[in-house]
Amino acid sequence: MKTEQLVASLVADRSGSARPLGRTVGGAVLAGALVSLVIFAVEFGPRVDLAAAFATWRFDSKIMLVLSALAAALGACISMARPVVIGRWRWSVLPILFLAAALLAVELVALPAGTWQSSLVGSNALDCLMAIPLFALAPLVALLLALRRAAPASPTLAGAAAGGLAAAVAATIYAFHCFDDSPLFVLTWYPLAAIPVIVAGAVAGHRLLRW
Amino acid sequence: MSDPEDLAALMRAARKGDDEAYRRLLLLVASWLRAVASRGLAAAGRPNADCEDIVQETLLAMHLKRDTWDETQPLQPWLRAIARHKLVDHLRRRGFTDHVDIDDHSDTLAAPASAEEGSALDARQMLASLPERQRRIVEGISIEGQSARDVGARMGMSEGAVRVTLHRALRALADAYRKDRT
Repeated sequence: MKTEQLVASLVADRSGSARPLGRTVGGAVLAGALVSLVIFAVEFGPRVDLAAAFATWRFDSKIMLVLSALAAALGACISMARPVVIGRWRWSVLPILFLAAALLAVELVALPAGTWQSSLVGSNALDCLMAIPLFALAPLVALLLALRRAAPASPTLAGAAAGGLAAAVAATIYAFHCFDDSPLFVLTWYPLAAIPVIVAGAVAGHRLLRW
Repeated sequence: MSDPEDLAALMRAARKGDDEAYRRLLLLVASWLRAVASRGLAAAGRPNADCEDIVQETLLAMHLKRDTWDETQPLQPWLRAIARHKLVDHLRRRGFTDHVDIDDHSDTLAAPASAEEGSALDARQMLASLPERQRRIVEGISIEGQSARDVGARMGMSEGAVRVTLHRALRALADAYRKDRT
């Protein structure tokens, strides 16, 4: 087959055209989150005092943290899925760092030093370490399947970014179940729970996302 | 490939459904790829016989992955990244693991490329490896130059079904290239 002949077939193949990468990734996030929400609804459920929690700054700051992590991870995942990675998404990490530093400072001032440790350990640490990877599973699978259509400069990094995004989705869901709202708890255990998901994403990406 | 704006415009038009723009873009890219692959093979001390295979494998990848181009960015760096990826991949499959860099030649994008040297042998073998229906559709459109509608009429399929099968065939071809470890 001559190259010119191959071109004729490529031109005739119009499927999948004009679907921006952002929509593919967003669709995978929604599909995965839906499965995790079902698990959440059946096995976990929202915390009983959810309405009251919204009135506390600790809960609101927790939601702000997970949502900003979600936005940054979404940008990172879409960038990493391309052959040429544009580093713009890195800027979205800055507000998270500022927010985290500010919340830590406020919490350390607000709490007497004697209660720091109990706030950090909380009552749900183990729960958090199990639930976030569990909720991340379906989004990670959906993202890896979607990214097989992409062309990542580094399949390993793209997989890791998919893991980070899946963990952020999971953390957002889990935040509505967990009673531990202290920034000390959230900034310790949520990232720890994300690590295995990111590693799993990197390993899977290395194998599945080559093109 | 002299005017980068031009290529991006062609791709944008193609995304909006302009077949002629897409054909022009693919042919421009093919002749540029021929020069890049030729130079890459020479740098790796490989015979030029594989050149057209690399061109076709890269064109297929570019086609199947075209959604990964960010419209706010120029097209050439994206093209170059895919070309480099596929060239390195091809050489690695043939046991060449040294560093290959096509960026050194980025200034020669506009250089006239040599003409295509006959049909690529591998491509014909790979076509033969496709399931019957997929192979007949690619042959009908590519080699006999028929439209998707004509091929459908001949095979008793709707035009839509022909396009779906064609897309599967192209993905299968791309996979066959990628897994070729000869």
